[in-house]
Amino acid sequence: MRADFALWRGRARHAIATRVNPSSPDAEPAVLCRGLRKIYEAGRGSGRKRAGAVLAVDGLDLSIRRGECFGLLGPNGSGKTTTVEMLEGLLQPTGGEVKLLGMDWAHDESRLRERLGVALQETRLPEKLTVEEVLTLFRSFYQRPRPLETLLADVQLEEKKRAWVIKLSGGQKQRLAIACALVAEPEILFLDEPTTGLDPQSRRQIWGLVANYRAHGGTVVLTTHYMEEAQRLCDRVAILDRGRLIRLGTPAELIAGLGAEHVVELELEAGVGQGALDEATLRGLPTVIEAHLSGEGVWTLAAVEPEQAVPALRTLLQERGQHLVRLVTRKATLEDVFVSLTGRALRDG
Amino acid sequence: MAEPRRPRPVVQLTLMRLRDMMREPGALFWTFGFPVLLSVALGIAFRVKGPEPVVAGALPGVTAQARDTLAQAGVQVRWLDQAAAKAALRSGQVAVVLVPPERPGEPITYRFDPARPEARLARATVDAILQKAAGRQDALAVRDQEVSEPGSRYIDFLIPGLLAMNLMSGSMWGIGWVIVEMRVRKLLKRLLAAPMRRRHLLFAFGLARLVVIPFEIAVILIFAHLVFGVQVAGSYAALGLVSLAGAASFAAIAILVSSRAQNTQTVSGLMNLVMLPMFVLSGVFFSSANFPEVTRPFIRALPLTAMCDGMRAVMIDGAGLAGTLPCLAVLAAWGTVSFVLGLRWFRWG
Ligand SMILES: Nc1ncnc2c1ncn2[C@@H]1O[C@H](COP(=O)(O)OP(=O)(O)OP(=O)(O)O)[C@@H](O)[C@H]1O
Ligand SMILES: [Mg+2]
Repeated sequence: MRADFALWRGRARHAIATRVNPSSPDAEPAVLCRGLRKIYEAGRGSGRKRAGAVLAVDGLDLSIRRGECFGLLGPNGSGKTTTVEMLEGLLQPTGGEVKLLGMDWAHDESRLRERLGVALQETRLPEKLTVEEVLTLFRSFYQRPRPLETLLADVQLEEKKRAWVIKLSGGQKQRLAIACALVAEPEILFLDEPTTGLDPQSRRQIWGLVANYRAHGGTVVLTTHYMEEAQRLCDRVAILDRGRLIRLGTPAELIAGLGAEHVVELELEAGVGQGALDEATLRGLPTVIEAHLSGEGVWTLAAVEPEQAVPALRTLLQERGQHLVRLVTRKATLEDVFVSLTGRALRDG
Repeated sequence: MAEPRRPRPVVQLTLMRLRDMMREPGALFWTFGFPVLLSVALGIAFRVKGPEPVVAGALPGVTAQARDTLAQAGVQVRWLDQAAAKAALRSGQVAVVLVPPERPGEPITYRFDPARPEARLARATVDAILQKAAGRQDALAVRDQEVSEPGSRYIDFLIPGLLAMNLMSGSMWGIGWVIVEMRVRKLLKRLLAAPMRRRHLLFAFGLARLVVIPFEIAVILIFAHLVFGVQVAGSYAALGLVSLAGAASFAAIAILVSSRAQNTQTVSGLMNLVMLPMFVLSGVFFSSANFPEVTRPFIRALPLTAMCDGMRAVMIDGAGLAGTLPCLAVLAAWGTVSFVLGLRWFRWG
């Protein structure tokens, strides 16, 4: 399934050229933003202004290195799309500044557009154009587009070349959208939730695309709800909540920040034994540093040494005459980081 | 291997529009089929009919000789009893009823409703026939000349109006609705995220119209000529100019109407709001001369009125370029103002 991406030579050459070119030194971050803010005004008119205004992004500072894959994580409505669209120059920020490749939108729009690839969260490409026609359309906008066949091969849509967009599967549509973003060897690729709603296989195909793009020196900025995706693809992630940056670091750093690398999930049979468990009791178990109730009778514990914590837990339950329905031990993920930071699960929104 | 040359954005964007339309059977029907059907329906409903025969009723007692005389002269005679004659008169099935004299030597009676023109006509016709049969001589020599010139029929009035109406709806739906649909699909935003020049997109919309307009006109004109013998009295150049000016003017109005609408319901509502009053007021189907004098200047300033007037001036009155100048001026004014406002208010996202 890992396709042969030998045809990406063009990009490799370009990446080298970028490196030697003194006018764009490597030290310059790919993306830089300071104090980025966005307020959506309610309604349009001048009248009732403040009433329904939404503060979608609230003072964001980011610096994304070249060649990095940077993930923006957060639940629904946390401001991911608003942030990337401001970075992409599609949405006017209410405040703050944005610099891409050392340039800004006010002065260098046309030059920047040539060097970015964008896949929006949701674009429905013209339904009755064929894959080939859509790619030709996008190729026409760039000074130096890559050959059609190369693009098709990259996203493994050679066989669908003459199929109408409306006839493509969800995964194929998404790959076409990414192909549109890759039309001209972008230096920065923005992907807003590239795999949301896709099946695991399509998701892995898209991860493969991203990995190959990066292998040739490209910078990726992606947003996602999926912690697994972020952990797999991203060098660094920023966790957003309600328009604010609440953590920034490599996935490993963020997980290490939890203080415990393991998670024990347990579910108890309802109404059996004496009294409900409480947080203090569970925290008293050896090496357990955090415990919280995440659903009816479902507890999540953060444990440094599950080998010690689990036997102690069993003893405790036996004493109380309570029965386990389920007990799972796993490594902590970014999802746990989010829960511990906000007390809410990512997908609860 | 190497592709012949870089595709051109305006060409590709125009092709996108044309393909979208050609591959949509519904769009084809509304553009080409519907106006033809409409002209058939209206052309048949208002076709110039041959003279209607006079229908007379006769009560028992009217002589067979009188009946034959009338029938030979083309009058249809129906035998009726008293009750049936009453009902037939009331419903207009017969225009006049012949009542025989009660006693020999008394006059025959014509029973009819003088408030109905066809009843007065029937009475006069029947009377003339019977008098002539009884020996009356014409005192004055006369001659008839029958008139049914092409150009003076309803269909000749209708076709230029239909052309104008069709060009209007083509521009409104083909641009206004499509723009909003592209906005809803985030396609406008996606195009903008590529280095596409905004004017190229607008230009492509115009170009696509330009390609379709000759067909829109030709289909109706050829059909009307073949079926109804409708002629273009003036020059085709003038007809083309009025068509272009009208289509362009409505394209600008479409841009204005679609500049901010965030969904297709809103824009179709707005477009109907713009178009429906003009369907009624601008004299597409019936002359707007029936509206009160005070409303005349207002009606004449409407763009559809201008286009209808221009079309009729060329097709019926045989006007040349000079004769269409007032209409062109009105259309140009509407187009310019709408275009400027539309661009100022336009939202891509
Ligand atoms: N056009 C808009 N007008 C008003 N409010 C908006 C608009 N777009 C987004 N918002 C609000 O701004 C906030 C951030 O939205 P945004 O789309 O950036 O979130 P997100 O993190 O991308 O969410 P998701 O994961 O669902 O895509 C939300 O509260 C949303 O309701
Ligand atoms: Mg989003």
